[in-house]
Amino acid sequence: MAERLRADLVLEYPFTRTTGPVIGAFLTGLREGIVLGIRRPDGTVLCPPTEYDPETSAPLTELVEVGPGGELVSWTWVDPPRSQSPWDQPHGLGMVRLDGADTPMVHGLLVDSPDELSVGMRVTARWRSEREGHIADLEGFVPEGAGQ
Amino acid sequence: MSADPSIPPAALSGEVRLPEKLAEVEPVRSVRTPIRLEYDFIPGSASSGYLNAFADRKILGQRSPVDGAVFVPPRGVDPRHGAATPDYVELPDTGHVGGFCVTRLPIPGRDDLEIPYVSAWIHLDGADIGFLGLVGGIDTSEVRMGMRVRAVWKPDDQLGRTAENILHWEPTGEPDIPVTAAGTNAWHAKQAAESGEQD
Repeated sequence: MAERLRADLVLEYPFTRTTGPVIGAFLTGLREGIVLGIRRPDGTVLCPPTEYDPETSAPLTELVEVGPGGELVSWTWVDPPRSQSPWDQPHGLGMVRLDGADTPMVHGLLVDSPDELSVGMRVTARWRSEREGHIADLEGFVPEGAGQ
Repeated sequence: MSADPSIPPAALSGEVRLPEKLAEVEPVRSVRTPIRLEYDFIPGSASSGYLNAFADRKILGQRSPVDGAVFVPPRGVDPRHGAATPDYVELPDTGHVGGFCVTRLPIPGRDDLEIPYVSAWIHLDGADIGFLGLVGGIDTSEVRMGMRVRAVWKPDDQLGRTAENILHWEPTGEPDIPVTAAGTNAWHAKQAAESGEQD
């Protein structure tokens, strides 16, 4: 019996996508260190913003600043992060409803232990110092008052 | 309500309104979203037999027990009939170009391919489907369907259990196969000839 064969097989696609006016504005905001949502006709705000109203499909155009603080709506713990994760340490992944928004967005929760996380707690954005217009410009969320 | 196709979608025709502090900054228009999948590839028995044979400078196919069609690379099954194909067939390293593509743009991650290059379906003598290979030793503008080719192997002391042993396929100089009997036409031409013989 011949020895078992194995080989590394890597598939990689170096996509660059055009963003359109709404996602482009959201990413522009991240680069400038603010989070944008988008207002629906009934006055509620979606964050992250979408180009269309999810119920009526009407185009949405009014981008508004939300956050940087918000409420943790739900969360899970990631340990260890996978090799291509934006984070290299164990961390939370949470749904965060930013102040001024009516829907939560998912992002990392940068704490040392799941003991520091609870539904309903206040969190706030932590930004990277070098930003380029990418979701990773927002490093994640930390407990409010924890120092950003 | 029926949509009038002559009216463009309204969504992107409206200007978005931004908060004051973003009015003067350069907008983001594109974003990098690379995707990378890392596999640990372990071949099954048919592929292992195929790859192991390469170390001995051999190309193995498998024969369908239903109608005798020869598949290369072997996959352990005739997918048309769902029949197992346990019998290997040793194939020569000569055949013809069934179809080809000239690539003039570089592929990220394949710096080893010098452009322009020709990738082709190589139909080995005795095989009934083609497999992919590079065509070399000829100007790209001279490659044609039905052109007879032979394998150019790595030196014997560099052979491994891999299809990379074949560097490329070069013209033999023999007369071309007629296009009507080349590539995917070959199997049908063979079937027609055999049924003619039986008549």
